[in-house]
Amino acid sequence: MTESLMSPATGTAPDFSGLIARIRQSVPEHCILTRMEDTRPYECDGLSLYRALPPLVILPEDEAQVVAVLKACKAFNVPVVPRGAGTGLSGGAMPHAQGVVLGLSKLNRIYKIDPSTATAVVGPGVRNLAISEAAAPYGMYYAPDPSSQIACTIGGNIAENSGGVHCLKYGLTVHNVLRVRAVTIDGEIIELGSEAPDAPGLDLLAAFIGSEGMLGLVTEVVVKLIPKPACARVVMASFASVEAAGHAVANIIAAGIIPAGLEMMDKRAVHMVEPFVNAGYDLQANALLLCESDGTEAEVEHEIARMEAVFRDAGATRLQVSANEQERLAFWAGRKNAFPAAGRISPDYYCMDGTIPRRHLARVLNAIEEMEDEYGLRCANVFHAGDGNLHPLILFDSNQPSEVERAEKFGAAILELCVQVGGTITGEHGVGVEKIDQMCVQFAREELDFFCAFKRAFDPYNLLNPEKVVPTLARCAEYGKMHVHGGELRFPDLPRF
Amino acid sequence: MDFELSELCQQVMTARGAERPLYIRGGGTKMFYGEPGPAGIPGSAVLDMSAYRGVVNYQPSELVMTAKAGTRLDEIEATLDAEGQMLAFEPPRFGPESTIGGVVASGLSGPRRMAAGSLRDFVLGARLLDASGNVLRFGGEVMKNVAGYDISRLLAGSLGVFGALIEVSLKVVPKPEIEATTVLDVSESEALALFSAWRSLPLPITGTCWLREGEGQGRLYARLSGSAPAVQAGLARTGGERIAGDAASLFWNGVRDQTLPFFQQRPLWRIAVPPQAAVLDLGPTLVEWNGGLRWVAGSRAPDAQSGQALRDVAAGAGGHATLYRYDSRPSDVPVFHPLQPALLNINKRLKQELDPVGIFNPGRLFPGL
Repeated sequence: MTESLMSPATGTAPDFSGLIARIRQSVPEHCILTRMEDTRPYECDGLSLYRALPPLVILPEDEAQVVAVLKACKAFNVPVVPRGAGTGLSGGAMPHAQGVVLGLSKLNRIYKIDPSTATAVVGPGVRNLAISEAAAPYGMYYAPDPSSQIACTIGGNIAENSGGVHCLKYGLTVHNVLRVRAVTIDGEIIELGSEAPDAPGLDLLAAFIGSEGMLGLVTEVVVKLIPKPACARVVMASFASVEAAGHAVANIIAAGIIPAGLEMMDKRAVHMVEPFVNAGYDLQANALLLCESDGTEAEVEHEIARMEAVFRDAGATRLQVSANEQERLAFWAGRKNAFPAAGRISPDYYCMDGTIPRRHLARVLNAIEEMEDEYGLRCANVFHAGDGNLHPLILFDSNQPSEVERAEKFGAAILELCVQVGGTITGEHGVGVEKIDQMCVQFAREELDFFCAFKRAFDPYNLLNPEKVVPTLARCAEYGKMHVHGGELRFPDLPRF
Repeated sequence: MDFELSELCQQVMTARGAERPLYIRGGGTKMFYGEPGPAGIPGSAVLDMSAYRGVVNYQPSELVMTAKAGTRLDEIEATLDAEGQMLAFEPPRFGPESTIGGVVASGLSGPRRMAAGSLRDFVLGARLLDASGNVLRFGGEVMKNVAGYDISRLLAGSLGVFGALIEVSLKVVPKPEIEATTVLDVSESEALALFSAWRSLPLPITGTCWLREGEGQGRLYARLSGSAPAVQAGLARTGGERIAGDAASLFWNGVRDQTLPFFQQRPLWRIAVPPQAAVLDLGPTLVEWNGGLRWVAGSRAPDAQSGQALRDVAAGAGGHATLYRYDSRPSDVPVFHPLQPALLNINKRLKQELDPVGIFNPGRLFPGL
């Protein structure tokens, strides 16, 4: 499935024994994994379709060791693949067959939780949820909450610019990280951003967040904490069609309401999760919306009443407001367990991550339904309705001949559709290796060249996570060839050779 | 490609061919900001963006507006206002000619910044006229987009050193249901202590400004925004005396647009520090952003020694100092706080990679860049 990978330098095999000897001077033996039984767990991330066995895995225990490993890898011209908890869904942490996996999970100390400055200082290996747990005694929390938050690390969140179900109101990782300390491939330590509201020079922090481990290795992070709202309640609304639900979402925003969370599930997704969690979802609905309000008691009561009125006017067939915290969590449990529920009804599932302008929702969901027949696979849709981020879950069985290939093609077709309606191929999971071909659809060659030039300013040797995110010209040309339909070129703008 | 845009591309290709600098200009209201760039380079020209104007796409229910770079800020704000929406980062308005391209390129935010986020937080996409004369598109019109590097946010505040913004897409937000402003008679250190106490509470504070008006220890203005119950509950917690809506609007416009008398002093230093930093004691001060922004009026024209001393204080507090407005300045006092060497190196390499001939706004961000 993956291309054969060559060392970016010359195509010759790197001198691993020399590299290991050099790394041993600075990194303790138990942090260096070379035996296949030890390195096997690192052969893929959350996207297990793509695998490569890494020849060497290093798990440094402090920043000085990270610096030493990077300097050694630069000296020996060996690629470095950064890794957090390995929960990513785009193969961003897939190993390089001739490179080092540099895992930062041991840099997992929480240095400071400071309610008076509303900040936390943590190592990159600290789990997302662990920050909120440490801040809880002070009545505060860290806002971005990707669904993998019990396992994923803040370092990985920075690499992917992770979101979550609350990002319409509270923002993505880029809106909630104040400062990052990072090591470049040259082994130099840089401080990006600041605890002050801004920092002099170019805003490299904004560009570093979401850079998928291609610019540097994070060794320390300062995040913003926010006070926990006194109260939160959620409205669950049923609609007879996804169109009606889509209009209801537009009307909520048009009414000037920014919900704390706004999620949609289609009928298949509802039927998939309800037996799994017994959340009390309406099995008659063709689309279900979950809309959350948070704040003080009075604020929430006021806002919930406005939300209910909008949904009623938009033709909701059933409305239910969580009566207490237990019921609120039950309503959310279904949405948050969509992925495991998919795993229960289907041997495999493939989660897509396109984002679209919300007004095209019905068009896109109807087109996905038509594709189900074309590719002979089923698809359940969960959707961050507030911000337009779609997560179609393509259900397949990797033991059936050709189903993997059909799932991949189905996924690619969905992403191209997202670009066609003015959206993007990835909202929060990243490009990694998975969507590298679709980058050729979203970007022109000059734009991809700009990305390459941008990366060279940080990593002129192309050693950090090479062959991810930005496709080569040859790869785009090859991908274009596969997509000639009826003699018509799919991407007429693309230069060809 | 339309006529105006192809004209602009031609100008860039001519400048590139001749290896001569181009200074990008929108409304020309922020010429005072940043390094002026080396004067008198023969053949340098101005790339005038003001004719490339107009709202391209505005969908209130998508919370997004896309506009050509030369679109005037007041036109954009009026269009948003008609739909009950606004730019949450409240960029300063230095004149009616101010354009949205200049707003994004300078990266300046106003009073709502600490509550809502800074300008770059609201940048969703941009089109850039680059050093080869190509028009490139980064980001888009959707809230979540992690395809490729986040170049559109890098361009925010870049002062045009990578090229001319052609079009920008910004996230917009609904205007709050109501706003109220309360005033407390407190000293600077008392104001800073209040900010710390308020920070860990869920208060809907969307603007703070402490200053001295005439005699007395000073006054703290706090603006609260949101639903009526939230604002009422917030006012009960902050205390102070509520002022009339008209007077409040006048005051916040004066802070946002920097028309209050305090901002007319020269030299004017803009010092960004961690909000909890203690009183800096650098002279007459106006505090914004819950303590994160300290405007300091200098008593005399800066020289290398006094400039460095002030910057040492700012850096010691964990922040940085910009020589924001001045009548005169020796060449050895840079406008922006000098960068850590490794970072300066990356800034320079980026410029070298993305504008190798150095045609766009040379020296505007840092001397020699």
